[in-house]
Amino acid sequence: MRRKDLLGLKNMPAEEITEILDTAVGFRAISERRIKKVPTLRGRTVVTFFMENSTRTRLSFDLAAKRLSADTLGFSASSSATNKGETLMDTARNIDAMKPDAIIIRHSAAGSPHMLAKAFPWTVINAGDGINEHPSQALLDMLTMRDHLGDLAGKRVAIVGDVFHSRVARSNIFGLQTMGAEVVVAGPGTMCPPDMAHLGVEVRHRIDDVVEDADVIMMLRIQQERLGAAMMSTNREYSQFYGLDLDRLRLASPETLVMHPGPINRGVEMTPDVADGTQSVILEQVTNGVAIRMALLYLLLGGEPLGEDHA
Amino acid sequence: MSTTTPMTGVNVGRSLDRLAHEIIEHLGASEGWALVGIVTGGQHLAIRLADRIEAISGSRPDTGTVDITLYRDDLYTGLEKPELGETRLPFVLSGTGVVLVDDVLFTGRTVRAAMDAIMDYGRPRFIKLAVLVDRGHRELPIAADFVGRTLPTQLSDRVRVDLTESGKDADGVRLIPAGESV
Repeated sequence: MRRKDLLGLKNMPAEEITEILDTAVGFRAISERRIKKVPTLRGRTVVTFFMENSTRTRLSFDLAAKRLSADTLGFSASSSATNKGETLMDTARNIDAMKPDAIIIRHSAAGSPHMLAKAFPWTVINAGDGINEHPSQALLDMLTMRDHLGDLAGKRVAIVGDVFHSRVARSNIFGLQTMGAEVVVAGPGTMCPPDMAHLGVEVRHRIDDVVEDADVIMMLRIQQERLGAAMMSTNREYSQFYGLDLDRLRLASPETLVMHPGPINRGVEMTPDVADGTQSVILEQVTNGVAIRMALLYLLLGGEPLGEDHA
Repeated sequence: MSTTTPMTGVNVGRSLDRLAHEIIEHLGASEGWALVGIVTGGQHLAIRLADRIEAISGSRPDTGTVDITLYRDDLYTGLEKPELGETRLPFVLSGTGVVLVDDVLFTGRTVRAAMDAIMDYGRPRFIKLAVLVDRGHRELPIAADFVGRTLPTQLSDRVRVDLTESGKDADGVRLIPAGESV
């Protein structure tokens, strides 16, 4: 892989996505060993810079870096000086002065990873920027789908919920379309506005319409922290119209996969019997997450020395 | 100087025959030790040696593969495309002897990486090294226990081992001087 950064899946060619997924398969075996560590990135420093709350993604990147023997260092919103008024660029300059090799950044402002990637020589991995993209999540989702469904071309993926505010959905839409899958989205008009169709997806407003012929049903989290009062009335009403319960799931094939990027609001996006049911692959997503992030760190930090091109 | 063929298919076969006999002579029947081929150069040779050892002694040693990609010391300095191979050790490693198998012994760095990789999977009783070709120019204090052919080379030469399992028409070892194309 010849790129310096991973900022998003928009415009990433299919060969590169396939390379990442294939590499991740090789890394899964390491997590099954007694010594779950290889010396590949010994001496490299990876900074996790999370200006929004996260447990899963930060732990997953942290573990991935440690299993490759990199040193990791964490900055988070609560512990950093940004809540003392420091700008993002100033914080980044300070991190830069400590000579890191890669920064994993999550920030509420879309485009902040892109800004850092342009300004600094180290590798930047976008772990979620506002409502723009969350590429590593989509890659682990695609790996999980590929494990069960094989080639993604021609498969139908339904994404249900607050698609408009979801960086997970956007990265999945870009990546899945590149791999030849068909994406259909469903949610209330406030969360799935008709002009989402410009992304090349089918837009529906009834969950039953999209569940029936889906190979994958991806339920999104209701992001209370991003929603104004106008987006939806109550959790109870939302779950009645857009929640996935066993009755609705029976409309789909018994082979249909149920996914969720986590954390789940049980009883809102899906009922516990669906989340813990036989069609749920939610915990496989988490396991694949570590492998995908090991593959990304390996491919971005471990390849050829960087030349002039910072593509 | 142009490309030469120091070993033909017949030579490769005889060297492997002799290696199989030597390994049995030193380690006894195929129990308590296993042949582990280094991906990709050694994996087919380990299978061929196991076939021969089985034919000679009547029992087949365990075989496996070890991929060293993640244990290389030159990951940052000119690897074309770092692709992962498979490490497969389908036997209890701890307490078992390991005979590492590779096609060419050169700097010794591959063998160092392979030993580190093996150690992360368990504690073998011993590790020995069998190679088809020893071309010299070691950069680490590593020596082979079983050598098919010692080949004097220039540091700038390249040595290629062709095997039919890798899609080549015939077995053989080519010595390619600097400036000649592979």
